Amino acid sequence: MTEIIAYTLMGIGILFDFIGCLGLIRLPDLYNRLHASIKCVTFGTCGIMLGVFVKHGFSDIGIKALVCALFLLLTAPVSAHAISRAAHLAGVKPWEKTVCDHYEKDK
Amino acid sequence: MRFLRWFLGLVIVVAVVYLNFRMELSPMMRAINLLIPSCFMCLWRIYKGPTPADRIVALDIIGILIIGFCGILSIFSNRVFYIEIAIAWALQSFIATIALAKFLEGKDFDD
Repeated sequence: MTEIIAYTLMGIGILFDFIGCLGLIRLPDLYNRLHASIKCVTFGTCGIMLGVFVKHGFSDIGIKALVCALFLLLTAPVSAHAISRAAHLAGVKPWEKTVCDHYEKDK
Repeated sequence: MRFLRWFLGLVIVVAVVYLNFRMELSPMMRAINLLIPSCFMCLWRIYKGPTPADRIVALDIIGILIIGFCGILSIFSNRVFYIEIAIAWALQSFIATIALAKFLEGKDFDD
């Protein structure tokens, strides 16, 4: 039963990785691409790591996988925010069909 | 032309997924064969990206995919050192992304 749950989590994680990278080459804009590709982190690779944890239980492999998933969940939004803020300050323009840009208005 | 490019991409994606589940492969190779085209998509974005920020995003996602490779290898081979490589790579990738973002912003590290 635990192996079925582990392999299901791993399959969902791989599917999220694939779809996130598809969005990375398909979407028209830096900010849209960032929005699509951070899904690779928060459910893709963290899903694979949770699959490792479910398969191996509380052994050394499982605990280390859980630590790795927690670290990814903590650091992925920080790096995404840093990249988008730096790109906006460096002058990357949004797509021409963008509805609103409050950060530009507040400056 | 736009419809043609869209249709070509759809055909390539459906062919990769269909051949991956049609051929006689082990489950580990089926898992890895879906991650290798993702790496090639990121490499295409690094080659083609119009701004430097696109290249930074794609480099970050390649690091994340390598962590996924290490997780899959440790599921199927029951070795512990793949997870240690994954933790070290996560730390290194985070530091590299923050440093590249600060470099793009054009300021020092302490403000």
